[in-house]
Amino acid sequence: MSLELDVRCAGQHGFYLDVACRIPGQGVTALYGASGSGKSTLLDCIAGLREPDQNSRIHFRGEDWFSGGKGLPAWQRRIGYVFQDARLFSHLTVAGNLDFARRRAKGSQPLGQSRLVEILGLGDLLQQKPETLSAGQKQRVAIGRALCSGPQLLLLDEPLANLDHRASAECLSLLQELAQQLDLPMLYVSHDIEEVSQLADHLLLLENGKLQNQGSLLALSSRLDTNLAHEEQAAAILLGTISAQDDAFALTEVSVEGQTLQVNRLPLVIGAKRRLRIPARDVSICLEQPRQTSILNILPVTIVEIEACHGARLLLRLALGEQFLLARITRKSAERLSLAVGDNVFAQIKSVALLSEAGDTQ
Amino acid sequence: MDVIGLTAALAGTTTFILLLVGTPLAWWLATRNSNASALVESLVALPLVLPPTVLGFYLLLALAPDSPLGQLWQQLTGTRLAFSFSALVIGSVVYSLPFVVQPLQSAFQNLPAGMLQAAATLGANPLDQFRNVVFPMTRRSFVTAASLGFAHTVGEFGVVLMIGGNIPGETQVLSIALFDKVETLQFDEAHRLAIGLVAFSLALLFLIYRKNGPAAWRVRT
Repeated sequence: MSLELDVRCAGQHGFYLDVACRIPGQGVTALYGASGSGKSTLLDCIAGLREPDQNSRIHFRGEDWFSGGKGLPAWQRRIGYVFQDARLFSHLTVAGNLDFARRRAKGSQPLGQSRLVEILGLGDLLQQKPETLSAGQKQRVAIGRALCSGPQLLLLDEPLANLDHRASAECLSLLQELAQQLDLPMLYVSHDIEEVSQLADHLLLLENGKLQNQGSLLALSSRLDTNLAHEEQAAAILLGTISAQDDAFALTEVSVEGQTLQVNRLPLVIGAKRRLRIPARDVSICLEQPRQTSILNILPVTIVEIEACHGARLLLRLALGEQFLLARITRKSAERLSLAVGDNVFAQIKSVALLSEAGDTQ
Repeated sequence: MDVIGLTAALAGTTTFILLLVGTPLAWWLATRNSNASALVESLVALPLVLPPTVLGFYLLLALAPDSPLGQLWQQLTGTRLAFSFSALVIGSVVYSLPFVVQPLQSAFQNLPAGMLQAAATLGANPLDQFRNVVFPMTRRSFVTAASLGFAHTVGEFGVVLMIGGNIPGETQVLSIALFDKVETLQFDEAHRLAIGLVAFSLALLFLIYRKNGPAAWRVRT
């Protein structure tokens, strides 16, 4: 049960979208790419807000949404759409906006109305008009409104792009909570890899209207042959388990593949699973285990791949048990240490971000 | 029917028909941008710039008993179209068309982008989108359009004179009656009608302006 796409669509200035893929019927799938890569165009074709070329095909859970040159109108597709600019109805109150969606619901609402209002923190806003709300509040109402229409697929087009840092973090953790609580596939368009790392399970990498790569976030984030690895922000995502709390030093220990990483203390229960994000630029390599260093997190790893980056840099892919780290070092250091694939080395990690909750640590 | 009642009936009927015809026309003009729509837009605006007598002259020819429209009317209703109340309604609809279409078109064009897309993704079909999103958001412009259409029909003279004549109880509306009184030197009567028209028009315009602010007067020529 999934979304099958074979979409071609011409855009402006010779842009041409041509994507064929299958999107999992559960979890959060991020459409990631630079602006102009065609993510929003693809999303609008899926929603029925834009007509793709005649020979395109869009199929969702046994329904043809576009086939044989004909499309089901947007209002008959069982979708919810959260726009970048909220698009609340200004003549209705917050409650009126939610009711508008509920009266036209395409299916049962995944959460009860009161539970939804509670999670999104809309209780005090219900009688207000949209113009009195902050950008973050508007976006929360827009998310609530989309869910009230009982969608079977939630589409989100850069919903955090217009929000300030705080509102954006707040909205992101709400989306995480909803993604965990709801059995609702989401397609999330973004050009912000940090948002994507927090939220997505699957990743579609788009470039110039073409699908560059597709796969799980954890797998794709540690490969060297994607655009992701070559971005300034490149980072590996690992899965860890909270193993201990060190009250004396206010640190939390996270176990990854039998090794322990220490991060600033977070109020998490032992045994909780968390994603860790380790930026490639914050990982350096030592041939021997350094003893006198301020860096806490040093892991034994094996070099499995080396790839030239632009300019003076190299990208290394490091195996840590079944998972992988990325390191970005200079070519000069690599030569000085004569690094080669298969070497067992130590990775010094300067920063680890524990995802799914706000909190970075050195 | 007295002069005021007849004038009100004419303006009311005309405004009703104009809202029915003008709304889809304004929507079409607001959402299209082609040579065809530019031509239609120009035709709609013509009554703003042409002398009413030009319009009246062609309407007179079109509604005459020996014209195709006149003959069809005769066959359907058994009555003559020229110099009838119905002819006045037809003439007024054409003459007041821009006063209804233009405020609506401008309101539709100024709808915040993407509202209809948002409504569609929430499951609203096109008619539903119009009734429950477009109409409530442009309600004031409907009031403006109806008021302007009504007031302008009450105030027309040239077209009515050309196609309606001056038949009391059938086609003698306020402006014509006023002309008639002046012609026959009944200045007291003329004063009463004139001051009444001024007061009525002023009151109506005041209501429109007070509710909407000056921006409501968006008639473009």
